[in-house]
Amino acid sequence: MAALDLSRLITAAADTIVAHADALTELDRAIGDGDHGLNMKRGFEAVRAETEGFSAKPLPDALKAIGTKLVMTVGGASGPLFGTLFMALGKEISPAPDRADLTAAFGKAIEAVAARGKSQVGQKTMLDVLQPVHDALAQGKTASEIADIADAAAEATVPMKALRGRASFLGERSIGHMDAGARSTALLVRTVAEILGKNA
Amino acid sequence: MSNVGIVIVSHSPLVAEGTADMVRQMVGDEVPLAWCGGNGHGGLGTNVEAIMGAIDKVWSEAGVAILVDLGGAETNSEMAVEMIGEPRAHKIIVCNAPIVEGAVMAATESSGGATLREVVATAHELSPS
Repeated sequence: MAALDLSRLITAAADTIVAHADALTELDRAIGDGDHGLNMKRGFEAVRAETEGFSAKPLPDALKAIGTKLVMTVGGASGPLFGTLFMALGKEISPAPDRADLTAAFGKAIEAVAARGKSQVGQKTMLDVLQPVHDALAQGKTASEIADIADAAAEATVPMKALRGRASFLGERSIGHMDAGARSTALLVRTVAEILGKNA
Repeated sequence: MSNVGIVIVSHSPLVAEGTADMVRQMVGDEVPLAWCGGNGHGGLGTNVEAIMGAIDKVWSEAGVAILVDLGGAETNSEMAVEMIGEPRAHKIIVCNAPIVEGAVMAATESSGGATLREVVATAHELSPS
């Protein structure tokens, strides 16, 4: 893996979330409290505003700082959940990770997100995208395959019944809608995979 | 003050403040009490920084019990406790209880000088497990 261009990754991730904010909010409005897109946009804009500072740090410190920024600025349950993903990734990853390092750190980060949300795979959450992405990383899939797997995994939350979060209040009525957190996770995975794939 | 502190965290500042009013009616100033609500940007939601501030405001060596409404309030409160870290974190407990009844019951228990464990147990009795 070539050296990470952190500044480019941060900018691209934030641009993606901002561009899809309305669509994410629309998904969340169907089966949640309708603030996911706006909350994520606020958080990622706050991160993008400090791109220079984050990019100057070693990768583990940068990821931890980005996670903390998300926790402090998102303002919904997504703040601690996405914040924990980045913070745990930063805690586990090596400064210049190869694929094995990234895969292992990503696995630990998923465990941290599951603990934070008291959730597991199959409950119509971001974990339903994170886990297949981890498996794809472990199986040596290409970046473009991983991006497609993430999209398909988000799509696969549509027929699921929500067991965590606000959507779980709807019970059976949550079936037939995509989980907003799964969608934003897939968007982030595609953005990062496309950049890393070009560098590979 | 050595009584257990109470923090109320709602998605709505109106709910949080109203709950605090009801607590005050029961216990006056005998219990350290703080509330926070809203996402910090004028909308409904909860905010880790505000929760950490509320915990600081009511900090007591006897500990702090947090009462929350919906999921995000719980997740953000747990995050706040983790970010505050030890040695204080183990003396801060997010209660599994309805926010209004839990806050009033917990504060009443605290006003009698109960321990954190007793205060939390009183709130938890309100939730069928």
